Amino acid sequence: MPKPMNPNLLLAIPLLPLAAAVIAGLFGRMVGRAGASAITIAGVLGALLLSLVVFKQLVFEGASAYNGTVYTWLVTDGIRMQVGFLVDTLSVLMMVVVTFVSLCVHVYTIGYMHDDAGYQRFFSYISLFTFSMLMLVMSNNFMQLFFGWEAVGVVSYLLIGFWYTRPTAIFANMKAFLVNRVGDFGFVLGIAGVAHFTGSLDYADAFSSVQAIAGQTFEILPGHTWSAITVICICLFIGAMGKSAQMPLHVWLPDSMEGPTPISALIHAATMVTAGIFMVARMSPLFEASEAALSTVLVIGATTALFMGFLGIVNNDIKRVVAYSTLSQLGYMTVALGVSGYSVAIFHLMTHAFFKALLFLAAGAVIIAMHHEQDMRKMGGLRKRMPVTYWTTLIGSLALIGTPFFSGFYSKDALIEAVAESHRAGAVYAYWCVLLGVFVTALYTFRMLFMTFHGEERLDHHAKDHFHDVGWDMKAPLVALAIPSMLIGFFTIQPVLFGGYFKGAIRVLHHNDVVAEIGEHFHGPVAFALHGPLGAPFWLALAGVVCAWLFFLKNPSWAAAWESRLKGLHTLFSNKYYFDWFNEHVIARASRGLGQFFWRAGDQAVIDGTLVNGSAAAVGWFSGIARRVQTGYLYSYAFWMVIGLAALLGWFLLKAH
Amino acid sequence: MLVQFLFYAFSAVLIASAFGVITSRNPVHSALCLVLSFFTSAALWLLIEAEFLAIVLVLVYVGAVMVLFLFVVMMLDINVEEVRKGVTRYAWLGWLTVVAVLCEILGVVMVRRLGVDVTQAPKPLAADYSNTGELGQVLYTKYVYPFELAAVLLLVAIVAAIVLTMRKRKGLKVQDIAAQVATRAEDRVRIIKMKAETRE
Amino acid sequence: MITLQHMLVLSGLLFALSVAGMFINRKNVILLLMCIELLLLSANFNFVAFSRYLGNIEGQVFVFFILTVAAAESAIGLAILVVLFRERRSINVEDLSTLKG
Repeated sequence: MPKPMNPNLLLAIPLLPLAAAVIAGLFGRMVGRAGASAITIAGVLGALLLSLVVFKQLVFEGASAYNGTVYTWLVTDGIRMQVGFLVDTLSVLMMVVVTFVSLCVHVYTIGYMHDDAGYQRFFSYISLFTFSMLMLVMSNNFMQLFFGWEAVGVVSYLLIGFWYTRPTAIFANMKAFLVNRVGDFGFVLGIAGVAHFTGSLDYADAFSSVQAIAGQTFEILPGHTWSAITVICICLFIGAMGKSAQMPLHVWLPDSMEGPTPISALIHAATMVTAGIFMVARMSPLFEASEAALSTVLVIGATTALFMGFLGIVNNDIKRVVAYSTLSQLGYMTVALGVSGYSVAIFHLMTHAFFKALLFLAAGAVIIAMHHEQDMRKMGGLRKRMPVTYWTTLIGSLALIGTPFFSGFYSKDALIEAVAESHRAGAVYAYWCVLLGVFVTALYTFRMLFMTFHGEERLDHHAKDHFHDVGWDMKAPLVALAIPSMLIGFFTIQPVLFGGYFKGAIRVLHHNDVVAEIGEHFHGPVAFALHGPLGAPFWLALAGVVCAWLFFLKNPSWAAAWESRLKGLHTLFSNKYYFDWFNEHVIARASRGLGQFFWRAGDQAVIDGTLVNGSAAAVGWFSGIARRVQTGYLYSYAFWMVIGLAALLGWFLLKAH
Repeated sequence: MLVQFLFYAFSAVLIASAFGVITSRNPVHSALCLVLSFFTSAALWLLIEAEFLAIVLVLVYVGAVMVLFLFVVMMLDINVEEVRKGVTRYAWLGWLTVVAVLCEILGVVMVRRLGVDVTQAPKPLAADYSNTGELGQVLYTKYVYPFELAAVLLLVAIVAAIVLTMRKRKGLKVQDIAAQVATRAEDRVRIIKMKAETRE
Repeated sequence: MITLQHMLVLSGLLFALSVAGMFINRKNVILLLMCIELLLLSANFNFVAFSRYLGNIEGQVFVFFILTVAAAESAIGLAILVVLFRERRSINVEDLSTLKG
């Protein structure tokens, strides 16, 4: 009989980083730079070790999933708002990934932020982020999920604007915040919908009453009835779109690269942006009940996966290329969710967390070595100057494009096959998108790799003179991430996808279970990898690499020629499909206009003018008349008294008759 | 019959003197008219056998309050002409109000009958009846607390009147007893140590 | 024979006269105080008359208290008047309008 999990142990997992964040943030001056980093790293390390203990108990010792409340915050109208943990195979996987990547980033930050004045502040933020993310993934109710959701958003805001003296950083963090508000609006509506139909915020209650909700309908506009479950799921997914940067709410993610690179790796690649994916997987019982919602998810994910990939090809900023790659990969995960392949999505999320964090950290190492130069056109030939970074980047890139035996191959190939197996509306479109996406991914990834590390050196004098490879405090996390990037897919595909790892955590209806269908043809990871070259994705990826080699390494003039030949397309890509332009000129301007209108008409005219000043003016006008009675002369008061007396007496007399 | 005659006579004097109070040009005359009206009121109260109050009215009002009035009137140098300027401006309103109030009061007294027979004569009192004794019986038993409160009120009035009118003039030679008591020897005597002087 | 009516009419006349006095002498604070004394006198008349004619001594107790209060009031009123005169060299009510709204 496996012993039940200890809630205090679970509580310690998020609270350790929180305590470290509080110490580093509030007492940063007292503990000093070294103290702040040591405390936060210790906190995250503790969280990682405890997560591993939980993982061991849950996976290897067969402990049952923990679902319990630790603290009831308040009860209102029968709805309980409480802090509780649901620790099952899904959340424990996220916990391990989050704490591991967070630890790597913490260590890496020592080197990256070495010269920065906000050293303690940075460590405090990333520890706070780790706390928030853990609260998010460990939650057993919507309230806490929302808390974690917003908390990671706030920390993301703080970190994008970490260098708050840069106007671009402030603009970017404001943009991220506002775009996320749009998503959160949907998310809150979704939660409200769940609370409305179930009267509870607990996952367990919501999941158990799916059938009840599925039968009901909303009538939002008179005459149009909508299935309640579809509306709820789409609202929740709008939240996920904001957080996981799906089109059209993706615009904040590329700009978030204004923040320091470690947080781009931690927040905007490995963990926070995958919160949306995690959330949908967590809500799988709800989403399974709505075919329409899943189709929406599928189409949006497929569009993001392909079209965001294109943008990576034309960008010259090393971090932004990785950012667009992240967008594209998030699209892949969303596609997997859309075809009910939740476990595949989470599997891809995990592998992606490792190799994308690796790529970001490597990009950060290059940037530091180049003295904060991010333009790839001014790099080249760095392979010899930074060998460790080069090899780890190569591993990350190979994983990203899906080379057999690398972790990315297993997750991505499984994902594409799952899409191919699906019969959901939009699945054909999604299949072509993800297939073409493979080529695009390979193209931009190796373009980045070739432009940065191969070819002739294009460094300017300043960079050349001050060039220095990064220290081992930054290289060690690269190596630490490179190992899982290479191997984790090989070792985990069997149990995670086909071994029933997510049994109980993720619920898939039988006729939707695409993963099980792949599983029928699965004969171990080696066979899966050897089967790879027989499929289209492998050749497409290879074609992408070859194209990148031809265009950007062998004959760079070809790239320029094609650029001028496809001028229209290039302009479209360079302007990111004019999303920013549209947002700025149409949405922002319209809302500013609306705000101005409300300010002028509503606030100034009605509230200030009529209500506030109007009532004051009315009182003043009346007082101007009434004050004439108050002459200040004694005799006039006496007059009024006597006259009043006479009037009263008269009234008394008349009444008495 | 005599009583009735006395009543009308005193009433006439009372009304006349009250009229004098309000119309006299000189405040001193007004005050003296007021004294007269108090006297006649006391007489009228004697007629209806309220002896104690009649005496009190004379003693307190005429003896104290009116003396105070006269004192103040004479002490202050009042420019009567200025004060009386514009008197007639609101006089019509005054008289109108007076007539209205009077009509109303008479309407109550004459017509409404107040629920009691106002035309009755008072019950004759016993020969050994003592108004003062009767009043004292009630005042010192049932109304003893209000009586004490009235005493306190008078005390407060005395203190207030004194405080209000008291003023210190600069350069006035007065004793400051507190300062005298608080004096220390060092403030008054200075002891100096010096060498004894010797004759050369 | 003096009836209750006689006394009440007399007190009503006295009341009306004193009210008229307040209108006529509206500028002279001393006279205003005197008129108030007259007003109180007329009220006392009513009390005494009712007390006597209803055979209830408590009305006279009331008069006693009214006399006390009136004495206190005139003492303080005159004190204020003296202070006022010292400040302003005038007892004209028209000068006393600093409370004007």
